[in-house]
Formats: sequence, structure tokens, C-alpha cells
Amino acid sequence: MSHDHSLNPKTMPEDPAKATMEGKHKFLGLWFFLGGETVLFACFFGTYLALRNSTAGGPTSQDLFGLDLVFLMTVLLLTSSLTSVYAMYHMKNNDFKKMMLWLGITALLGFGFLALEIYEFAHYISDYGFTFRSSAFGSAFYTLVGFHGGHVVFGLSWLIALMVRNAKRGLNLYNAPKFNTFALYWHFIDVVWVFIFTVVYLMGMVS
Amino acid sequence: MSNAATQKRALSAVLWDYLTTVDHKKVGILYLIGGGFFFLLGGLEALIIRIQLIKPENDFISAGLYNEMITMHGTTMIFLAATPLLFGLMNYIMPLQIGARDVAFPFLNALGFWLFFSGGILLNCSWFLGGAPDAGWTAYAPLSIQSPGHGTDFYVMGLQLSGAGTLMSGINFLVTIVSMRAPGMTYMRMPLFTWTTFVTSVLTLFAFPALTVGLFLLMFDRMFGSAFFDVALGGNSVIWQHLFWIFGHPEVYILILPAFGVFSEILPTFSKKRLFGYSAMVFATFLIAFLGFMVWAHHMFTVGLGPVANSIFAVATMAIAVPTGIKIFNWLFTMWGGSIVINSAMLWALAFIPSFTIGGMTGVMLGSNVADYQYHDSYFVVAHFHYVIVGGVVFALLAACHYWWPKMFGRILHEGMGKLAFWTFFIGFHLTFFIQHFLGLMGMPRRYWVFLENQGLDTGNLISTIGAFFMTFGTLVFLVNIVYTAIKGEKAPADPWDARTLEWTIASPPAFYNFKQLPLVRGLDPLWIEKTEGNGKMTPAEPLDEIHMPNGSILPLIMTVGFFTASFGFIYQTDHKAWLIAVYAGMALAIGCMVIRSLKDDHGFHISKEELEREAD
Repeated sequence: MSHDHSLNPKTMPEDPAKATMEGKHKFLGLWFFLGGETVLFACFFGTYLALRNSTAGGPTSQDLFGLDLVFLMTVLLLTSSLTSVYAMYHMKNNDFKKMMLWLGITALLGFGFLALEIYEFAHYISDYGFTFRSSAFGSAFYTLVGFHGGHVVFGLSWLIALMVRNAKRGLNLYNAPKFNTFALYWHFIDVVWVFIFTVVYLMGMVS
Repeated sequence: MSNAATQKRALSAVLWDYLTTVDHKKVGILYLIGGGFFFLLGGLEALIIRIQLIKPENDFISAGLYNEMITMHGTTMIFLAATPLLFGLMNYIMPLQIGARDVAFPFLNALGFWLFFSGGILLNCSWFLGGAPDAGWTAYAPLSIQSPGHGTDFYVMGLQLSGAGTLMSGINFLVTIVSMRAPGMTYMRMPLFTWTTFVTSVLTLFAFPALTVGLFLLMFDRMFGSAFFDVALGGNSVIWQHLFWIFGHPEVYILILPAFGVFSEILPTFSKKRLFGYSAMVFATFLIAFLGFMVWAHHMFTVGLGPVANSIFAVATMAIAVPTGIKIFNWLFTMWGGSIVINSAMLWALAFIPSFTIGGMTGVMLGSNVADYQYHDSYFVVAHFHYVIVGGVVFALLAACHYWWPKMFGRILHEGMGKLAFWTFFIGFHLTFFIQHFLGLMGMPRRYWVFLENQGLDTGNLISTIGAFFMTFGTLVFLVNIVYTAIKGEKAPADPWDARTLEWTIASPPAFYNFKQLPLVRGLDPLWIEKTEGNGKMTPAEPLDEIHMPNGSILPLIMTVGFFTASFGFIYQTDHKAWLIAVYAGMALAIGCMVIRSLKDDHGFHISKEELEREAD
């Protein structure tokens, strides 16, 4: 088919993710989508800021948060963003194996972050009785941080699906945009975490 | 018999075609059918409301049912009628206006439609399942938290589904306009309807997530016991109002900007003049959109945000009158000295200008935070927003129907019936709503089931109800016109109005690939340029070559069925945990479809050069 030929050229273009019309559309569409996501998280942050002191006699942010765990989570997630950059770097060099290697490391770091977050939530619930229903602060905390966690889960599922599907067929102009849009999405999750770290945890420790 | 058999097969083939379509024109028609259906439903609810208010202390419907009627009328008209009808028009017309063969994400486009439609169906299922939502279309907490039964749950899930669909369409239109314009179609050569589609999509993208969040909070409070709006646990119900209006105010510009775009197409065409002040119109559109995001608290003047906040929002609100005024004057100047043709489409456009201006002026009055304490929650507000939404958006939709019907369906709507529908609807509209300004100023509160006699409200309400019947008659005439046109209507040529833009350069209705060869655009109003300076035909920008088209897919529909099922599960799991099975099954179905979509290669297909050559021009 003429298609396979055009999607598997002999020499890869400089930026395979944006070499096709579909690739450009995906790139642009994801950026717009992230614009909408920004408003989504801004609204969750606004809600959290309005309710963070509404503890209704339950545990407060000073009682709950410990910076060492959150620091570890931050390191894992920020590093995973860096490794996804390496993966995209190797994609542009048409080095499929190295790209997959770095994507694999990205996934591992993401799972590490997720495991710590689950541990954190379990710790709050079992040791402090601090739940989604215990106060408006609880609802706002679990919703904001939980939505971010949900994004991590979605991103990891997306990444695994892409890696498994394309493991044996190498890089072409059909799947390169898919990897690239994933990487963009993953960076966004990272940026949101930076704000969560600041607004939820740091501000929660001091005030 | 064989003939009947082929016809039957043809019908099911057409049905299957529409269920699996990803063609922007067919998705547009689906939007028009879906939105039209909900428009009639919302109209019926409006009529019931007006019959209830025809005389003092009427008992046509019960108080509870009345609450359900006003809630469903508002919700249906905004989310399920006006928005999708406009999105249907954008879907059909915008790609044609920029010289594209489809939208950027055809699959997503179909998914957006099905999500909207299933959301609307879900919402209306509530009528048969123990009662519709009854907390008003704004669903203010804590009323919406305490509203018993499942009505408000249907509101939450229905709007969540349809909102997701709308958001997808917004992103889709943005990418389409940014990257799929025909050669020579620079930004400042785009028709105004395309410009307003673009700006509307920006508003959709940044406004709808606020609604998404608000609905999530409401959903968590109602279904999973969280405490966002529960004051006893430290919650704050004003958060809902903020989130709702951060979405809700841009939403009214999502509705009105495409309406402005429609009139900016119709007025130049039937005045035989280019649009006056094109760049000012584009600028004003952006300015309205920009200011539209910083005025949401003018819906909350009486909440008690304090004089400073109220004053800032009041000034920002009044500032919007400036770009809107620029537009009104530009339309008037477009007609100035033109050779004006008055037909049905043009009548709606002419009626729009004074009607909308009245709505705009009462808007400035409401924007004054000191005076608003007097107007708030009275029929003055009801009159105001019906003047802008009916006088602006509904007039635009009807004008657009008359204008683009030949392009979409290949037949011209009957002029006589068009004019009859216009005059009855137009007179009925002013009868219904003009008097409501005064009812409001005399103290009649909105959303009340009955009013007492001898309060000076009797005659006004009677007149208002009579007007509603006129509007109903006009709508029915329009429906008859559609049926008549489908059967006996005059066949439309490619360019029945001697128009100016790209959609009129191709057949009515267009081939499924729209443009055999992409046109070369030489300036604003490209067809008009070719008519006056060229040979009346577009110059192709590319040699005839094979065309790449997307494959149809049933996945959007199945995915939507999954979300629909899961929504029922979410609503009823509060009664019995067994309903969680519906949640898991529905989500599994939806996510399964996503996985298939992601993992299965879909390269589309090509229309060969030979096939294109065989087709006549």
C-alpha cells in the first residue's frame, strides 16, 4: 500500500512526530486539551484554597503532611518527566530501542510515584481517620490530589498500551505522534504536581 | 416486492451510515436533528409554564411539577438546544468556509455528537424515573444538594456527558481552523462565521472545564458523601455559584458569538456589500470573549461579595457594551447604501438588530450593581435574557436555517411560509417578553408557581401567554415548511443567493469530500472576488489528485453507550450497591472502545484520481 510506504520512509524526517498532517493535528489538539485541563485543575485548586482550613474539628494539614514522603514523590515524578524527554530525544534520532528503554524507566518512576501516593492516602485514612467524607478539607484534598493521581494512572495505562502495541514494529510516522503526545501529557501532569507540592503541601506545612 | 426490499435495505443502510459517520456534514445534520428535537421539547415546557401563568393562582400544574418544568426548560434550551444547534451549523459550514475536506479529528467529532445526544436523553429519562431535576437550571447548592429523589443526579450526569462532548468539539474546531485552511485563506481573510466559531471554541475550551469541576463536586456531594457544599462539615455553597458562573457567563457568549457570525454572513450577502469594518468585527469578537471571562460575578451581586468586588465586576460588565456596540453599528453600516434584498433569512437578521439591542441595554442596566438589588430574581431578568437569547441566538438559528438550508439539503425553504413563520414568531416574541420587563419592575419574582390577583400582574401575564402561543404557531409553520420543502421544495443551485464565501462554490449539497481540488483564495469574500475580477469560478490551488478520507466507525456510539450505562450506575448506586455493576460494565465498555481506537491502526482510505475524474463538476 502507498500508505505503508509514506509512513515508513527510508530516512526519517527531522521531527517524525510532526511530519504528517495527523501528527500536527495531534500535537496542536493536545496543546489545546492541556489548556482546558489547566482550567480544570485551576478550579480544583481554587476549591481547595477556599476549603483548606475547613477541617470541621478533624485533622488539619499541619497534623497530616510530612515533607519527606512528598519530597520523594516529587523527585520520582520530576525525574520521570526528564526521562520522557530523553525518550523523545531518541525518537528524533530514530533510535527506537533507546526510546523504549527510557519510556520504560519513565513508567517505572510513574509507578513508584503512584505507589507512594497510595501509601500516603492509606496512611491518612488508617492512622488519622482522615477521609474524603470527614470534612470539607478532606473532600477538597482527596479530590484535587486524587484527580492528579487519576491522571497519572491514565498516563501510565496510555504509555503501557503504546509500548506493548508498538514493541515489535519500530518507529514510523503513524506511531511517532502518539508517543510524542503522551510525552506532552506526561509533562503536564508533572507541572500540576509542582503546583500541588507548593499549594497543598508547602503551604499546608507553614500555615 | 423487490423494489420494497431495496428500499428497506436502503433505509437501514442510511441509518447505519449515520450511526457510523465521521463526515462533518452528516455529524452537523445529526446535531441539527438532535438539537431541533430538544428545542421542541424545551418549547413545549415553556408553553406549559406560560399556561400555568395565564391567570392568577392557576392550578394547571402542581408546584413541584412547575419547578421541574422551569429547570428542564432552561437546562434543555441552553445545553441541549441552542449549543448543539450552533455546533451543528459550525460543523457543517465552517470547514466549507475555510476550504477544508473535513474537521481535524473526524472520529472525535462523531464522539462529541453522541456524548451530547446521550447526555440529553439521560437528562430527559428523569421524567419517567421519578421526576425531573427541580433545583433551577443553575442548580444552586445547597438546594441542589437537598433536592430529594434522583432528579438532580440526572442533571449532574446528563450535563457531564453533554459537556464532555461540547468540549471535544471545541478543541476539534480550533485545530481545524488553525491548520486546515485552504491555500491563501489567511486568518484575516476568514469569513466572520469562521472567526466566531474559532473564538467560541476558545471560550468552550476554557469555560466548560469549570462546569465539569462544579458537576464533579455536586456529584461527589450527592452520590459519595463528600462535604464541599455541606456547611456542617465546613463546606461552602458559594463555591458552586462561582464555578457555575465562571462557566455560565462565557457560555452566553458561546451562544451569542456564532449568532453574530451568522448575521455577519447574511447581512453582506443580501446587501451586496462587503462587511463594514471587517477587522473591527474580528477585534470586537475577541474583546467580547476576553471580557466575557471576567464578569461572572455580576450574576452574584446579591450574594454579598462586598462593594469593591461588585463594582469591579459591574464596570467590566458595562465595558462589554462597547465591542457589542461596534458590531451593531458595523451591521447597520453594512446595509447603508447597499441594494438590500428582503427575504426570510434577511428578515430574521433585520429583526435581530433592534431586538438584541433592547436585550443589550437591559443587560447594562442589570450590570449596575446598585440597581441590580432591585432587578435581581425578578421577571426583569427573565425578560432580559430571553431578549438576548431568543432575539439573538434563536433568530440567528432561524436565519441560518433559511440561509444555509439550500447548501445543506439542496432545496430552498418556501419563502411564503418563511415569512409567515417570521412575522408570527417575531410578534409573539415581543408580546411574550416585552411586558415581562414591567412585570419584573412591578415586583413579580421569577420561578414562582403562582401569583396573586389584583396585584397589577394579571393583564401582563395574560398578554405574555398569548405571545407564547404566537411563537408556538410560528414554530409549527417552520416545521411544516421543512416537510413541504423536503417533498416539493425548489431545487437549489450551488449559489442561490449570489453569495460571497467558499461554501457557495461547491454543489448543494456538497460531495462527501467537499472540494475536488482545494481552491486558491485571493482575498476576503473569495467567491465575490472571482465574480467581480475573475471568471466567477475558484482557481484550483492543486492538480487533481487522490483524496485521503477517514473511515467511518461505530466505536463513538458504543463508547457513548458505555458512558451512558455507567451514568445510570452512578445515579442508582446510592440506592443499592448492586448498581455499581453498571458503573464497572459501562466504564469497561467505554474504556475498551478507547483501547481499540488507540491500538487498531486506522489509515483511512483514498479516493482515486480516476474516480474523481468520472464525477461531473
